[in-house]
Amino acid sequence: MAGRAEFSLQGRRSFYFALLLAPPLLWLGIVYLGSLFTLLLQSFYAIDEFTARIVPEFTLATYRQLLTRPAHIDIIVRTLLMAVAVTLASAVIAFPVALYMARYAGPRLKALFYVGVMLPMWTSYLVKVYAWRLILAKQGIASWGFEHLGLMGALDKALQVPVVGGPSLASSYIGMFVVFVYMWLPFMILPLAAALERVPASLLQASADLGARPGQTFRNVVLPLALPGLAAGSIFTFSLTLGDYIIPSVVGAPGYFIGMMVYQQQGTAGNLPLAAAFSVVPIVLIGLYLMLARRLGAFDAL
Amino acid sequence: MTPAIELRATRRAFGSVVALDSVSLTIAPGEFFALLGPSGSGKTTCLRLIAGFDQPDSGTILLDGEDVTNTPPFARNVNTVFQDYALFPHMTVAENVAYGLRVRGIAAAERAKQAAAMLDLVRLGDFGARRPHQLSGGQRQRVALARALINRPQVLLLDEPLGALDLKLREEMQAELKGLQQRLGITFVFVTHDQGEALSMADRVAVFSQGRIEQLDTPRELYNRPQTAFVASFVGSANVVGREAAQVLTGRDLAFAIRPELIDILASGEPAADGYVQCAGEVVDVLYHGASSRLRVKVDEHTTLAVACAETAGSGVAGLTTGTRVRLAWRPEHAVQLQG
Repeated sequence: MAGRAEFSLQGRRSFYFALLLAPPLLWLGIVYLGSLFTLLLQSFYAIDEFTARIVPEFTLATYRQLLTRPAHIDIIVRTLLMAVAVTLASAVIAFPVALYMARYAGPRLKALFYVGVMLPMWTSYLVKVYAWRLILAKQGIASWGFEHLGLMGALDKALQVPVVGGPSLASSYIGMFVVFVYMWLPFMILPLAAALERVPASLLQASADLGARPGQTFRNVVLPLALPGLAAGSIFTFSLTLGDYIIPSVVGAPGYFIGMMVYQQQGTAGNLPLAAAFSVVPIVLIGLYLMLARRLGAFDAL
Repeated sequence: MTPAIELRATRRAFGSVVALDSVSLTIAPGEFFALLGPSGSGKTTCLRLIAGFDQPDSGTILLDGEDVTNTPPFARNVNTVFQDYALFPHMTVAENVAYGLRVRGIAAAERAKQAAAMLDLVRLGDFGARRPHQLSGGQRQRVALARALINRPQVLLLDEPLGALDLKLREEMQAELKGLQQRLGITFVFVTHDQGEALSMADRVAVFSQGRIEQLDTPRELYNRPQTAFVASFVGSANVVGREAAQVLTGRDLAFAIRPELIDILASGEPAADGYVQCAGEVVDVLYHGASSRLRVKVDEHTTLAVACAETAGSGVAGLTTGTRVRLAWRPEHAVQLQG
């Protein structure tokens, strides 16, 4: 009897549990994963060259096209390099800020820092991108600042560097890089600060107590324990850069990025299979990145 | 002999709260020293100052005769076992233990050898490859000990070393710590709020209250000769009798303390031995503890004395219940006079 009662109680509990979980799981399954799956499916469909109609026939032709045309390879490499550069720069800039927020700032200053980091995220993304185009323009406030600091020569030198340079900051990869870093920096600072805040003060004291100088404590204790936060932040900056199409189309040199290609192929060009194949690229790259991060032990301290 | 640790008029305040109020203290080399007190009494602040995690507002701290008041922790030949052990979660047990050698630039092979020897010393020889989270509380405690001892410090500081362990493990570790200290001959300074721990392990105990040292003595002296009401009631349990009540009981205007086990209960009609202080009272309650019973006896309007008596004495304790009238007696020299 007792066993039965227990069983039915268990049964009822798991029923309620299922009831509670069903809506979010359906949402996640259908809206997120379902659409992603149909997108992936599209990349294997053929397209009629003449009528531009999609034929639901399995083919690898799109991927062959994606991976053999030099122009497409250029786009992938360009986007990947930008994502790597933006991620590295974000990490370097974010680390001291996050460390100060998490370990040194008093409660009021810390709150101020959090607001300061998040406030820019509350304004429109488009407004910020266009504002940056004006800031970086040839007659913009950035070059005015360089001029008044007597650094115009340095700016001109930087803009003369082949590939990354250009006629002005607003129309060079350097400018695009600056805007990307500006946009995604909060996504690096916040997880990093959270990870650093979780490191108990006693671990740092223990390290010093055992004879480690501040630099050694940083290398041996702080940095390894911040790695999960760094990994989380870098996934944001990396994947956001890989997928973005607005920043490269508003600021920077005319070269195409993956996001722009997806936008163009599924819109004006009407080549949905190629757009789908292009959008698979960031997924694969992020998957590889996660594997690498795991291999390097970024999640060991979790 | 140069003292291992010396604090001279050390003061530390946090805002308006004075954590340590002009404390002076000398600890001899090889001593097992306890800083005992309730929370907020200044004992942990004292330990942190010795370790170098905090600097005093005024006063001087000397280690082995050398002024280290402003020396950072990494440059002091002192190591600490933290209350939460503070083991590095991203390192194995062996890497944790070898950390002190690693930051001193000792070669990997030598590090591994010494770490293994240290782990053997704390009987964790087979656990070097594990991660701290795979160990029990007692094992972590021993890893923390091994890690702190690998640098061969002059002084080992222990912050509530047994606080996080259960009772049985705590008793085992008490004996283990004491044995380890005797074998290594290192000065051990430990912070505790548990008077039993302080009495059983330490050679000398400093009792802290409100940022000051109330009394500094051997455990035996502390227990038998408490100097203040605070020490009498904090170290073991004692009846603290204030001046007015003392006037009534003994006829002398001097506060005193008396341990419950030193008070005799007289059988009805039994005369007190010569020179004993006597008084009469009414039993408030009786708590049976197995080997002994603990009674509270109201001897005066404002005074209740705790009395402990062995069950084997056959003194008729079994018959005592709430409301019974009894007579109490104690030797005058067992009553310890208190200051103030």
